[in-house]
Amino acid sequence: MNSSTLIFVILLLSLLSYWYAIQRSIKVAGGITRVKYLTSLPKQFGLLTALWCGVPALVVLLLWGIFEASVIDSLLVAYLPQSVAQLNSDQLGLQLNDIHILASDLANGKLLQSSLELSKSDAAHYLFQVQQNASVIKVALVVLVSASATIFITSRFSQKYPARVELEKIITALLWASSAVALLTTLGIVLSVLFESIQFFQSVPPWEFLFGTEWSPQIAMRTDQVAGSGAFGAIPLFAGTLLITLIAMCLSVPSGLMIAIYLSQYASSRLRSIAKPMLEILAGVPTVVYGFFAALTVAPLIRDLGSSVGLSVASESALAAGLVMGIMIIPFVSSLSDDAISAVPASLKEGSLGLGATPSETIKLVLLPAALPGIVGAILLALSRAIGETMIVVMAAGMAANLTANPLESVTTITVQIVTLLTGDQEFDSPKTLAAFALGLMLFVTTLVLNIIALKVVRKYREVYD
Amino acid sequence: MTRAVQNPITEKVKASLKRRHRKEASFKWFGRMAVALGFFLVFALLADITSKSLPAFHQYWVKLDIEYRSDWLKINSDDAKGFAKANYRKVFKRSVYLAYPDVKKRRDKKSLFKLFSSNAEFTIKDHLIENPHDLGKNIAIWVRMDDDIDSYLKENLPNGQLSSRINQKQADWVVILKQQGRIEKRFNFSFFTHSDSREPELAGIRGAFTGTLLTMLVTLLLSFPLGVAAAIYLEEFAPKNRWTDIIEVNINNLAAVPSIIFGLLGLAVIINIFGLPRSAPLVGGIVLSLMTLPTIIIASRASIKAVPPSIREAALGIGASKTQMAFSHVLPMAMPGILTGTIIGLAQALGETAPLLMIGMVAFIVDIPGSVTDAATVLPVQIFLWADSPERAFLAKTSAAILVLLVFLFVMNMSASLLRQKFEKNK
Repeated sequence: MNSSTLIFVILLLSLLSYWYAIQRSIKVAGGITRVKYLTSLPKQFGLLTALWCGVPALVVLLLWGIFEASVIDSLLVAYLPQSVAQLNSDQLGLQLNDIHILASDLANGKLLQSSLELSKSDAAHYLFQVQQNASVIKVALVVLVSASATIFITSRFSQKYPARVELEKIITALLWASSAVALLTTLGIVLSVLFESIQFFQSVPPWEFLFGTEWSPQIAMRTDQVAGSGAFGAIPLFAGTLLITLIAMCLSVPSGLMIAIYLSQYASSRLRSIAKPMLEILAGVPTVVYGFFAALTVAPLIRDLGSSVGLSVASESALAAGLVMGIMIIPFVSSLSDDAISAVPASLKEGSLGLGATPSETIKLVLLPAALPGIVGAILLALSRAIGETMIVVMAAGMAANLTANPLESVTTITVQIVTLLTGDQEFDSPKTLAAFALGLMLFVTTLVLNIIALKVVRKYREVYD
Repeated sequence: MTRAVQNPITEKVKASLKRRHRKEASFKWFGRMAVALGFFLVFALLADITSKSLPAFHQYWVKLDIEYRSDWLKINSDDAKGFAKANYRKVFKRSVYLAYPDVKKRRDKKSLFKLFSSNAEFTIKDHLIENPHDLGKNIAIWVRMDDDIDSYLKENLPNGQLSSRINQKQADWVVILKQQGRIEKRFNFSFFTHSDSREPELAGIRGAFTGTLLTMLVTLLLSFPLGVAAAIYLEEFAPKNRWTDIIEVNINNLAAVPSIIFGLLGLAVIINIFGLPRSAPLVGGIVLSLMTLPTIIIASRASIKAVPPSIREAALGIGASKTQMAFSHVLPMAMPGILTGTIIGLAQALGETAPLLMIGMVAFIVDIPGSVTDAATVLPVQIFLWADSPERAFLAKTSAAILVLLVFLFVMNMSASLLRQKFEKNK
């Protein structure tokens, strides 16, 4: 029985136990007419029992799923003859893989070829047996756990049993656990990225990674080669990311800000009602679509424009990726700055207008300075988004690391390199793969710092006017 | 009243007025330009994609006279099993040679067969399996044209003119076929019913679409209950202490973590430690739900906060417990807002590509996924893969897939805003 069927069975059992507990609570009360003498509603008895029946069984199933593979493998290794079990980890892994494939053949009802080594077919039969036993034990265990939990809790039912209080304790605990998932996610991100990065920095020194100017991770790493040898210098990636981000900000900050100002201060409500959906469309378009637009429309356009005035433009120029990223960020900047501008008290604006300033003078000399912290926060958030943006640059920016400040040349970014290093087959002990996690760590830290600063700036500003 | 002595300051202000008004006008003009730029960009983006996608919705078919000769097929009429295994390639090739007896050179033969889709022999096969009585007869069968010819026909060049991917002979054949009325333009149903293929004329989005649905299902089933539960806990139950503060700050920061980082998490933890299968919608769904969780929590909290305190007090006042108050009174009132937030979060997840690249959903997958643990791909990743393909015909396919994705997103966002409007009216 596979796990999804088993989950379904658990749900069915819970439903059954719900019904059983309701019947039992009525019986404990002494008939349907005497239900009012119970401390809780029969429904609450039922829910309590259903939770007792389902939750532990699901936890058991989850734990089983996590540990099953490693336990079975260690059983298999213990079964294998000494000569095989003492191989190094790579070769052992290959052997185990072979045996797994043979065992799945057995499971599909195929017969093994007679030409196989005896030890292998033996091991495959053993593994097949273990796997079958394991799945029987799994089902038995799950059913046993849910049945015994149900029996335990229903045996405690009495007229005075506080089912509601017990139920609410469990519900509150579940709610608490759900709110902890977000924390666990962050913890998981930090730990996984950090762990792999530390492994990476054991083979490539951190300063070489942070300050090296040459990036070519595709070079085969031989054992006699000095680790790294300058191939993992991330400066070109940082520079490339910065260049594209800068181009994006040059487009998005002025236009986003002006859109926010015009829409909030000048525009008629009719214009606003059609401009808001326009911005929502820009904000809602998936990044892969922007990437397509950048790679197949904007980049050729810029190249043709460049060649018509005699400039040589790379077909994956930083300019194309940067401009399209700027388009993506416009709605982000404009909606956040709109919030900041409308949060400025009306009295400031009215005071300025009353003194005879023109609307534009009021905006430039009163509103913008007052809203500045909010706008700075918006720009920082937009910056962090631009740095972390992936699809546009994967599709429209280059692959080769190129240390240049010329927007017409092709550059690569942190996110592009993470994607190129991690797509396709990968082995988890090569610095090439681990480098992606080190880059991920850089990205995570950078965006986190930008976000924290942005939130601080915005919060500080709120304290002034609220 | 006559004007009194001119105040020197008034004079100065008056003198500068013209300049100030000019500045005002130019500032306003600047703002107008920015808004116009926004409109232009939306228009350019949508127009570009729509115009590029149009060729993908129809394709050219050609009529061939096929001789279903049993000595070529090596079957006879009462052998039902043999129909599936017969030599249709031979029938196809021989029938084409019969139609073009003067094509003798190897190179010409090769160009001739390049007129037709590699799928042609299967079309021929399907026809005979459906109509077994046609064995031994000469039947006119419509087959797809090759993608290069298809693109060439769509360019609508004057008769006989060459384009880069075809040669003179092919162009001449196409002209003759056209004059004979053997070429027909049909709506491209296979774009919606086929899965991915290396041949552009056969590739469709059904596999990716199914993968998207499965992934979204997992995302919804995980992120909605977890997000709502977390929001209820934080709004109704959480004591105001350090722990709650940490969770709050954490959720806000998580909302701004780049999506690719979630992909790294999925790769390192869900695939390598928990050992779930690569490329599976299950893993994709888990990663996307972790990513959308902050969005849903933040929206749900805002919606729960908007429920008036009088509701809570009334419920508690008539003896409801805190849990009953939260689940039976506050939650139903907050539901429209929560659903709106969930739809918006799911729409974000629907368009997300980068984290799915990390967990291996970029593979070339022909089979339509049947469960959440099968290898699958999703629409945005399919778009990414097609955009990378060298074949020109994939350009239109990519745009068409984008159009489908955008329509999907549009419907989701529309339903979210309709829900919001209804909610506001009821209030």
